[in-house]
Amino acid sequence: MSNELEFLSRRVASGKLSRRDFLGRAAALGIAAPFANALLSSAARAAGPVKGGTLKAGLVGGESTNSLDPALMMTQVPFAFGKCWGEMIVELSPEGKLENRIAEDIGSSKDAKVWTLKIRDGVEFHNGKTVTAEDVAATLERHSDEKSKSGALGYMKGIDTIKASGKEVVLTLKEANADLPYLLSDYHLIVQPNGGKDKPDAGISAGPYVVKTNEPGVRHGGERFANYWQGDKMGHADQIEVIVINDATARTAALQGGQVNMINRVEPKIVDLIKRVPGVTIRNHAGPGHYVFIMHCNTAPFDNNDLRMALKLAIDREEMLNKVLRGYGSLGNDFPINASYPLFTEIEQRKYDPDKAKFHYKKSGHDGTVLLRTSDVAFPGAVDASQLFQQSAAKAGIKIELKREPGDGYWNEVWNKQPFCASYWGGRSTQDQMYSTAYLSTADWNDTRFKRPDFDKLVLAARAELDEAKRKQMYHDMAVMVRDEGGLILPMFNQFIDATGAKVEGWVDDPHQELMNGYALAKCWLQA
Amino acid sequence: MSSPILKLIAQRIALGIILLLAISVLIFAGTQILPGDVAQAILGQSATPESLANLREQLGLNDPAYIRYFHWLGGVLTGDLGTAMSSGQDIATSIKGRLWNTLFLAFWAAIVAVPLAIALGLTAVRYRNGWVDKLISGLALASTSFPEFFIGYLLVYFFAVKWQIFPAISTVYEGMPFGERMQAIALPATALTLVVLAHMMRMTRAAILNVMQSAYVETAELKGLSAFSVIRKHAFPNAIAPIINVVMLNLAYLIVGVVVVEVIFVYPGMGQYLVDHVTKRDVPVVQAVGLIFAAVYISLNIIADIAAIVANPRLRHPK
Repeated sequence: MSNELEFLSRRVASGKLSRRDFLGRAAALGIAAPFANALLSSAARAAGPVKGGTLKAGLVGGESTNSLDPALMMTQVPFAFGKCWGEMIVELSPEGKLENRIAEDIGSSKDAKVWTLKIRDGVEFHNGKTVTAEDVAATLERHSDEKSKSGALGYMKGIDTIKASGKEVVLTLKEANADLPYLLSDYHLIVQPNGGKDKPDAGISAGPYVVKTNEPGVRHGGERFANYWQGDKMGHADQIEVIVINDATARTAALQGGQVNMINRVEPKIVDLIKRVPGVTIRNHAGPGHYVFIMHCNTAPFDNNDLRMALKLAIDREEMLNKVLRGYGSLGNDFPINASYPLFTEIEQRKYDPDKAKFHYKKSGHDGTVLLRTSDVAFPGAVDASQLFQQSAAKAGIKIELKREPGDGYWNEVWNKQPFCASYWGGRSTQDQMYSTAYLSTADWNDTRFKRPDFDKLVLAARAELDEAKRKQMYHDMAVMVRDEGGLILPMFNQFIDATGAKVEGWVDDPHQELMNGYALAKCWLQA
Repeated sequence: MSSPILKLIAQRIALGIILLLAISVLIFAGTQILPGDVAQAILGQSATPESLANLREQLGLNDPAYIRYFHWLGGVLTGDLGTAMSSGQDIATSIKGRLWNTLFLAFWAAIVAVPLAIALGLTAVRYRNGWVDKLISGLALASTSFPEFFIGYLLVYFFAVKWQIFPAISTVYEGMPFGERMQAIALPATALTLVVLAHMMRMTRAAILNVMQSAYVETAELKGLSAFSVIRKHAFPNAIAPIINVVMLNLAYLIVGVVVVEVIFVYPGMGQYLVDHVTKRDVPVVQAVGLIFAAVYISLNIIADIAAIVANPRLRHPK
């Protein structure tokens, strides 16, 4: 049977059988559609990418205020377009490993303080110049400068000196950091000629596509770069285009009508409808993003760990996952790390337990209601989720009072200011980044006011530890601390839900960001 | 043309300018009332008190409001709309393309909607109280009663998704071939037409019916003119003033009221531009767009007034 399926899938890949016929025959052989689809895409990959055509993406997350300056990239459209024209020093592979790009090799001193990047030969910028160590060094310098307002500034501050000599760039860090290569994969760090110091928004790098059109908030287009250094792996379509479609319904209609080949952010509530459209494939996969309720550990009544524990036990995670995310996510366990991070360790899942919650609530001695602030902008469905929380907590005898805040100004006035509110984290690429951004005592964005000297020490020690086993244990201990004593209630991790239209092949799920970590346009191709 | 008319026209224009100034004060005051300020919006989540203070200083947000108002007004009068705070681009340059797109869409919607509305209005009068009249009125009222986004989504569903005749999204760009451009705007222009049609049609019908009661129309009928010639030669010229008024009001709506339609069809016009910048608290852009919208509205109304004056024989030939 499997031989027959394989034969059929090869026929589809070579264009002799239509996708629908294949799925029909697979069903006749008793094969479930997801498996048949997976088989099909592996056959298409085996048949090899098809060159040519125009690949178009309709994406939410672009505004007329966007710029091509990589330092200023914030939203999805500049991010995804950046992956088309930009080339990185190093990138994360879909498996979570490091993939060397402009850096051919990255090595460190034993104490993880001095790092050496060896620059690859023969990588060419779109303007015809060769990428040199000086360009890479200048790029890093620009992003370390306060004036660049770079989104990567937070990490870059940890670099003390940057020196280019010959084919090498040597970085000396202020403090040891075993994660440096991961930090260099930050999407802002697109290598530009002279680091983009001359014209930051020139849109010139060494990526698979050359910028042809740039109309912020409307569309961005690129043409295949003939001298791209790894043209066999990326840059299959002749042209790529990103069309900004912020309206969810318009985005779906454009995919159905065939004006675009892929879209991002399909709403969970319409996924089941879109699935039935012929030719459309839903691409959903887990990522590090999570929906949270955050309590300030230093503000009454949340300065009492029993009350925090009572609330953590009084939330029905399964119900919330099913009703708010319609199953397109995974259960959270009150620490911000999941399997999409390297060095993740599974910890026993916390479950809804009204009796235990009641016990802790009594022990805390708190009386009266608990005020939870929420808003639609906190995360999609946050108001519904808060109401579910209110109901499940009521069964444990805990009264939660909901206050719906206006979306305008929520991130200025409520988040990181009020002691208990709904919020969202997009996640980071390493555990160290996540913990350093939001759980170190000194972090600006420590939105749970989790201030524990022993935890801080562990973060710094893990950062400098090059032995993976030891490091893994340290991260496990940190996770337990946050889970059992922190102010974070994390009911669920959300999924990226993208969708592709007919004939789009070469899709590989990537846990780091939506649209294959932004590479969908550069790595997919159109089946003839 | 005689002097009383010129005087009337001059009065209208002067009134318009005063109105525009008053609106500029309102716009300025309105943007001051918005919660949060630009400095906070630019820095977002990462704002610290020091960086906020620095940025406010740099943007001149510490001056009293009236000083900032006159600075701004002075700039506008000399054609300098300032620079967008969020992207640092010159506002006048970025608005130009957007305004052109909005006008392009409004123009084609008007080309279809105005003659269609008037023709339907005339037909309704010709067959008044019959089934034709009722059908026209019913359909036009129904299309106006639906909210624009609903009409938009209906058009997308049938024409773009089901039958795939027109594209679902109307992205246009510079250098786009004319044919493609027309195809791209087909759906939003249709949506706009349906929205403004009924108002103009009903008004035409009412205005003409009004004059149809007059003695000279009866005379025209008695001397044996066909029903359509009576309407065309005798009723319509006398009903033109209110019709022009309502046409101009709807033209203004086509330009300033298209935000929803632009967002649904992803059309790169002024509406989208405004929405993007309101969410970023980009006050200079919001002010500039607001002022342009106000100017369009007022000048179209002035034109309507003047046209009504000129169309009125009693004013054209004073005793």
